[in-house]
Amino acid sequence: MYAIDHHDLGTPATDGAPVTLDIDGQSVTVPAGTSLMRAAALAGGAIPKLCATDTLKAFGSCRLCLVEIEGRKDFPASCTTPVASGMKVRTQSETLSKLRRGVMELYVSDHPLECATCPAQGHCELESMAEAVGVKASPYGGTGPRHQGQPLDNSNPYFNFNPDLCIVCSRCVRACNEVQGTFALSIDSRGFASKIAASQDELFITSECVSCGACVESCPTAALSEKSLITVGKPTEAVSTTCAYCGVGCSFVAEVKDNAVVRMAPNRDGDANHGHACVKGRFAYGYATHADRITKPMVRANITDPWREVSWDEAIAYAAGEFKRIQAKYGRDSIGGITSSRCTNEETYLVQKLVRAAFGTNNVDTCARVCHSPTGYGLKATIGESAGTQAFTSVMDADVIVVIGANPTDGHPVFASQLKRRLRQGAKLVVIDPRAIDLVRTPHVRAEHHLALKPGTNVAVVNAIAHVVVTEGLAREDYVAERCDTDSYARWKAFVSQPANSPEALEAVTGVPAATVRAAARLYATAKNGAIYYGLGVTEHSQGTTTVMAIANLAMVTGNVGREGVGINPLRGQNNVQGSCDMGSFPHEFPGYRHVSDEATRQLFSSAWGVPLQGEPGLRIPNMFEAALDGSFKGLYVQGEDIAQSDPNTQHVSAALTSLECLVVQDLFLCETAKFAHVFLPGSSFLEKDGTFTNAERRISRVRQAIEPLAGLADWEVTCRLSNALGYPMNYAHPSEIMDEIARLTPTFTGVSYEALDRLGSIQWPCNADAPDGTPTMHIERFVRGVGRFYVTEYVPTDERVNSRFPLILTTGRILSQYNVGAQTRRTDNVAWHSEDRLEIHPDDAEARGINSGDWVGIASRAGDTVLRATVTERVQQGVVYTTFHFPESGANVITTDNSDWATNCPEYKVTAVQVTKVSQPSEWQTRYRQFSKETTRVARETPLSTAG
Amino acid sequence: MDADYLIKMANQIGAFFHGESAPGQAPADIAGHIERFWDKRMKAAIVAHLAAGGHGLEPAVRGAVEIIARAQTAKAAS
Ligand code: SF4
Ligand code: SF4
Ligand code: SF4
Ligand code: FES
Repeated sequence: MYAIDHHDLGTPATDGAPVTLDIDGQSVTVPAGTSLMRAAALAGGAIPKLCATDTLKAFGSCRLCLVEIEGRKDFPASCTTPVASGMKVRTQSETLSKLRRGVMELYVSDHPLECATCPAQGHCELESMAEAVGVKASPYGGTGPRHQGQPLDNSNPYFNFNPDLCIVCSRCVRACNEVQGTFALSIDSRGFASKIAASQDELFITSECVSCGACVESCPTAALSEKSLITVGKPTEAVSTTCAYCGVGCSFVAEVKDNAVVRMAPNRDGDANHGHACVKGRFAYGYATHADRITKPMVRANITDPWREVSWDEAIAYAAGEFKRIQAKYGRDSIGGITSSRCTNEETYLVQKLVRAAFGTNNVDTCARVCHSPTGYGLKATIGESAGTQAFTSVMDADVIVVIGANPTDGHPVFASQLKRRLRQGAKLVVIDPRAIDLVRTPHVRAEHHLALKPGTNVAVVNAIAHVVVTEGLAREDYVAERCDTDSYARWKAFVSQPANSPEALEAVTGVPAATVRAAARLYATAKNGAIYYGLGVTEHSQGTTTVMAIANLAMVTGNVGREGVGINPLRGQNNVQGSCDMGSFPHEFPGYRHVSDEATRQLFSSAWGVPLQGEPGLRIPNMFEAALDGSFKGLYVQGEDIAQSDPNTQHVSAALTSLECLVVQDLFLCETAKFAHVFLPGSSFLEKDGTFTNAERRISRVRQAIEPLAGLADWEVTCRLSNALGYPMNYAHPSEIMDEIARLTPTFTGVSYEALDRLGSIQWPCNADAPDGTPTMHIERFVRGVGRFYVTEYVPTDERVNSRFPLILTTGRILSQYNVGAQTRRTDNVAWHSEDRLEIHPDDAEARGINSGDWVGIASRAGDTVLRATVTERVQQGVVYTTFHFPESGANVITTDNSDWATNCPEYKVTAVQVTKVSQPSEWQTRYRQFSKETTRVARETPLSTAG
Repeated sequence: MDADYLIKMANQIGAFFHGESAPGQAPADIAGHIERFWDKRMKAAIVAHLAAGGHGLEPAVRGAVEIIARAQTAKAAS
């Protein structure tokens, strides 16, 4: 039920051949398979309906949508009757009106039309349909049997279920099944006693419900209704924008009233999400107006001083003065900047421009360093473009889907719903993951094979799969001969064919039975369409880049790149990881992935920006820390990134940040990094600014301002002011001008503009003269690099080995309700689902240590130690423990080490050797952390601000 | 910059090219990677480490750092 109304066509679109029929004397042509209801709606009419909505398959239960068809005596339901050529249909007649009134009178007899006091008033379909069929009150006068006075379920923090208002249309049940794929709801009992039940008739909060809101969206009455409709009131404005959480990049309509968001309604026209959303994007926007928001700029000379609130001008002048002083004293390359994947393309572009043009160095990096930098390197080297090859919808054509090191139901929930839909249609699934993620077994989905490998052995597993493909004659030699580099193929083929790469030889290393590897390899290689989806479980290893290359090798040798249904699909973590990389955030690349040493590119940017530019790469984030510790790096501008929490080996990072002479942090909150800062510049949330985000399918979508910036300036304006204060003019009137500059300088973006985005809705780059509407599928006829290049991917075990001191392997991940470092989601009611990070441990390992679920346990690694509560579960294999990293006080990164990917320095978050013991008090680090947080978040007058980071 | 940090990184790069490079090509490939991805002070530090004996560097990596050192000398002379 849309608060701001959407023209619902009743049933989903179909794509059959055109069929012409007559509806109420009007000739209508629609695709075969279209329902009469949809055909009538497309022709401008509206047949009354209750149980139908265009996001769900028709069910035909309410009987309100009856029509007459010439030559038929009955009155079929228009939602379940498909069109036929030459059919003559009447949607209005005396008989129909009478029948519909009769149906409606029964409904309202059990659902009094007390609309004036109902939160859904004005957009309740029962109310509008009653009016449409001419029913004002029940003729039974509320005397018959009724379902009133049932208990309200308000256990979910975001929506209520009021059974008194339920008309048992089952739209919610179908939404949960068909759209979300969780199967949490059912209709309990039969006939008059039927009612909606969550799981085994539980409260929503304790049921299997994942709070995606699809049921709420589909409910035609106020039975399932957002609490915000009551607390904030009815919206008066609607602004179309893009979710600021994960890399799915869902499109939303922000419904606003008095500069406050009432609801985030997923956009049914959204190309990435098609009207669906998850608990984060749909409900967890409250952080934007949380009391912890800092809305005044602040400075301090030392991090032990209290913060002093100052004007924007003073803060900017102080930061610029410090950066100039540091450069004069320590040299030009002693400062740098970090861009954020949580900021827009335009903001990211400006920060890298500021660093290259105003600072005069290439010391710029982005948080993609710690997540998908190996994707950039590995895909560029093998296929020629640092991006995924497909659109999300491509999965609907996949026959075999391989998910490696990703947990889509938690990390990329809306894509996971689509993936599960495809699996329910019969596609086969292979999961390669140390943990039994939900997809391994979930309602109506079961992985064909789960390769539960030991953490750190991805390369060995993918090589073993390739070994089977090549030695069992499953390679697509024709495809390779036509599209790939034959020399590198021959060398790679000889390499993977070696007996040392067979599943049998590698079984002891990977822990995966050879027969399982062989079966999975055969399944993928012989599929008509085989698609690979991967995540941070691939990249965040010392061989992250090697695994990406191995995946590309595998996709090429099986001919699985360059059409719908196949491809190499990195699932990006944060919403704008793809965009921040595209925008030239890496120290070695200008926007569009062009190396800084390339003379022609440097000339292009140099003349556009009017300054000479350096041709040598700058420092990457971990290198910045090393340089800070050796005294050659002294100043850093960090926009929207919390490196003190998100980067590995916290104690090392803290030491590096403490050694800086000027750290400028631009953020919504006094985050962990801000505790080390000298200048704090208030940031603006996605609701407060204009710009674009680029999701994991290279889709550029608009972010539109829905409310005023709380601190008065959008982030891009702050960067411009800083640049101007440094003496390098940046004068943009609107982010669209920044995008125009990006388009002028970046060949894959030439056709992108705000006008084009408004016209097309969203655009998948490359978008230029060759592809004016964008490019959903890449590498169609040939690889972007010309010929696909195979790389020999030797398995090199990580240095991080278990021994008697550290006998377990810790691996990390994330959970549905929380997002990354949690700065946003911890400040919402999503804590109802996850209020602390826990350590998952196998029952055998727990028993050997006397640990029970809920016990406090100490986790020690070579880097440090921390304390968490344990959850004993068979989800993790013996010898492996697992945790999330959403809460700073958990100190998950106090334990992770400095090990990193050989090519990109992407940290090895996924493998840390640890010992786990039962303890009774917090770790020494946690005690120091609490004290440090208290000291470094004071503002003048000694008032401690939030220490929740 | 801490030499052990750079030695470890350089040897990791070496380990990749050990398998990937054509015979005799590993030093050039490793040097190419370092040239394209390391900042000036890191390159200078690994060259200085080589000049100080280069302990801990794998043979092909030592060869790579020699290539970088020669390029730096040539650049300084030009
Ligand atoms: S919120 Fe989502 S998961 Fe929960 S019952 Fe509704 S549709 Fe199902
Ligand atoms: S809760 Fe809403 S959608 Fe579900 S059956 Fe009742 S009225 Fe229909
Ligand atoms: S799936 Fe990702 S982009 Fe979509 S609503 Fe959820 S967090 Fe936002
Ligand atoms: S809308 Fe067709 S039967 Fe309910």
